[in-house]
Amino acid sequence: MRKTLFEGLTHGILTEAPPRPDEAALAELAQNVAQTAKARLGRSLSIRQVDAGSCNGCELEIHAINNAFYDLERFGLRFVASPRHADVLMVTGPVTKNMREALSRTYHATPDPKWVVAVGRCAADGGIFAGSYACVGGVKDVVPVDLHIAGCPPSPTDLLKGLLALLSR
Amino acid sequence: MMPVSLLDQLPHHRLVAEHWPWPRVIVGEGDWRVAIDHLASGHMTLLGLWGEPGTVHMALLGGSSNEIAVVSFECESGAFPSVGARHPPARRPERAACDLFGLRATGTADARPWLDHGVWGLRHPLGTRQPPGEAAPYPFLPAEGEALHQIAVGPVHAGIIEPGHFRFTTNGEHLVRLEQRLGYVHKGIEGLLAGASLDKAVELACRTSGDSAVAYAFAFARAVEAALNVDAPPHAVYLRALMAELERLANHFGDIGAICNDASFALMHAQTGILRERCLRAAMVCFGHRLMMDVIVPGGVARDIAPEGLAQVRALLEDIRKVFPRLIELYDNTASLQDRTVTTGIVRPDYARQFGAGGYVGRASGRAFDARRNLSYAPYSELSFEVPVLEAGDVNARVWIRIREVEQSLSLIEQILDRLPGGEHRISIDPSGRICEGIALTEAFRGDVLVWLRLDGNNRIVRCHLRDASWFQWPLLEAAVEGNIVADFPLCNKSFNCSYSGHDL
Repeated sequence: MRKTLFEGLTHGILTEAPPRPDEAALAELAQNVAQTAKARLGRSLSIRQVDAGSCNGCELEIHAINNAFYDLERFGLRFVASPRHADVLMVTGPVTKNMREALSRTYHATPDPKWVVAVGRCAADGGIFAGSYACVGGVKDVVPVDLHIAGCPPSPTDLLKGLLALLSR
Repeated sequence: MMPVSLLDQLPHHRLVAEHWPWPRVIVGEGDWRVAIDHLASGHMTLLGLWGEPGTVHMALLGGSSNEIAVVSFECESGAFPSVGARHPPARRPERAACDLFGLRATGTADARPWLDHGVWGLRHPLGTRQPPGEAAPYPFLPAEGEALHQIAVGPVHAGIIEPGHFRFTTNGEHLVRLEQRLGYVHKGIEGLLAGASLDKAVELACRTSGDSAVAYAFAFARAVEAALNVDAPPHAVYLRALMAELERLANHFGDIGAICNDASFALMHAQTGILRERCLRAAMVCFGHRLMMDVIVPGGVARDIAPEGLAQVRALLEDIRKVFPRLIELYDNTASLQDRTVTTGIVRPDYARQFGAGGYVGRASGRAFDARRNLSYAPYSELSFEVPVLEAGDVNARVWIRIREVEQSLSLIEQILDRLPGGEHRISIDPSGRICEGIALTEAFRGDVLVWLRLDGNNRIVRCHLRDASWFQWPLLEAAVEGNIVADFPLCNKSFNCSYSGHDL
C-alpha cells in the first residue's frame, strides 16, 4: 500500500486541464439561472443524481467525472446522497411512468433555489424510448429543466462542460 | 446438427422448423409438466421464461450436456401451469409475463404484479391490452416478530445508481429479510422491439443495460444471424470478442474498486477508476464510442477498428499488467478490507445451481458455467482461456472471480490481437422471405445474456425477448444478505452489481 500511495505523490498528476464551458449550454443557462441565486450559492454546488429510467450508460459516465482524470470536486461540485442537501438535480432517462412520481417527489424535496440538469438523449425527449407505453418522454414533462447535456451517453468532458457552464454564468 | 438427447427427455407435439441453432418444441399440458419436473428435480436449468400473445416459452439447459431447447406452451385459455409453483427461479419471469401479456400462471404461489406498478394507463400492454385496474398498494411479504422493524430504501438511492426499492426487515443490526421491488426503469423495450427494423432493434439492444452494450448487441446479432443462417465475417467476429473483453475489463475494474469503496477503502476505487478510464479511452480510439454502443450489428460490425487502435490496445494491456498485480496484492494484504469481504453475503452453491446463476455470482459459488466456454461460440472456440470457479460464495470470492477474469481477459485480448484475421468487417443481411427464429447467448461481464427473436422474413422483428443474467441473480441477493448486518448490505449489493435496467426492460 505504501508503494502505491508513494507513487501517487511522485508520478505526476493525471487530472487534465478543465474544458471550456459549453457555449450552447451557457446560452441556455443565461435564460434560466438568476444572477442572485448564484450570488447566494457562490461557486460550489451539490448535485443529486436521479436515474429516471436510464439504461445506466449515463450513470457510468457521471461516475467517470469523479475519477482522477476529470476530478469534478476541484470545481467545488460534488455529489450528495439526499435531495435535501442538493442544489442541482441531475436527471437521466426517458422518465419511465414507474419513476415519474419518485422524480417529482425528489424535485419537491430539494430546497430552493435549485436547478435541474437533464443528461443524455433520453432525458431530452425520450430518445429511442419515446412513444413507449411505459415512458413519459422527457424530464421537462415532469419537472422544469434548466440545462440539457446532450449525448448517448454524454462523455465525461461533455458533462464537465455543461456543469462548468452552470458555475461560470 | 440436432442435439437429440435433450429432446429425448422432452416429449412434445411437434418441432418448430425454422428455429436456430437449438430446437424449439410445442408441448401440451402434460409435456409442459414433464419439463417442469426436469427443472424441479435439478436435471435441467431454466435459462429464461417469456411470453408472447397466447404462448409462453421456456429456454432450458441440459444438466450434464451443454444442449439447449426452447419449450413452448400454447395458452388456449390465457393460462399455463405455473413453473414457479415448483421451481422458484421461474416466479419473477412468470409475473412479468402476466404483467406484459396477460398470461396467467395457474397454481402460482405469487400472483402479485412485478413490472406493472399500475401507472401505465393500461394492463397487459403487449397482449390483451386491458383498461387499468383499481390502484392497490403493493403487498410486501410479512416478517413478524416482537423485535423486528422495517427499513424502506428507494427507489431513489443514495448514490449514482439505478432505482429500485428494497424493503429490509431487521432485528437490531441484523437483516432478517430483504424483499426487492423492481420494475421502476421498465421502458417497454420489448414493446418497442416488436415491428422494429434490425437497425433500430440493435440500437435498443445496446441500451437494454448500458454497461453491457457490447454483450447485448453481440447476442442480438448472433440471434439474427442464427435465424437467417448466415455467419459474420471472421474479422468482425474477432473484433466483437475484442470489444466484449474490453467491456468486461472496464466493468470488472469498476466493480472491484466500487466494492472496496463500499468497505470505505477509497484507494482501490481511485486506482481501478484510472484503469477503467484507460479501457474506455482505448475503446474510444478503436471504435469511436467509449461504451462501444452501436458498433456490433447483424452481419458484422458497423465500422472497422481504427488504424491506430491495435497499438492503443497493446499499450493498454501493458499499462494494466504493470499496475494490476500491485492492486491485487493490495486487496489481498489489507486485513481491514478482508475483514469486511470474507464470509460476508454468502450464496449457497445449491441456490446458485438451482437458479442457474451466471457470471461471478454463480462461479463464486461453484457453478462453472460460462457461455464462452460451455456454448463455445466464435471466436472463443479458437481461443484458450480458463474459467475461474470458487466455492466460498462470499463477497471475497466474487471479488476474486473478477480478479481472475481480468487476467483471462488480458490473455484473450492478446490472442485476439495476434490472430486478428483480415477481410471484410460486414456482410449485408438480406431478407429471407420467410418467418424464422433465432436464439443466442453471450457472456456479459455479469453473466450470460439470452436473446430470442422471431423475424418476419422482411428483416423486421416480430417478437424479441432479452434476458439479463440479473433475473436469476437478484433473488439470490435476497438470500445472501440474510443474517448479515445492515451496514454490509451495500457491500453485498455491489458484489452482485445486478442490472436494474437489464432486468426491468
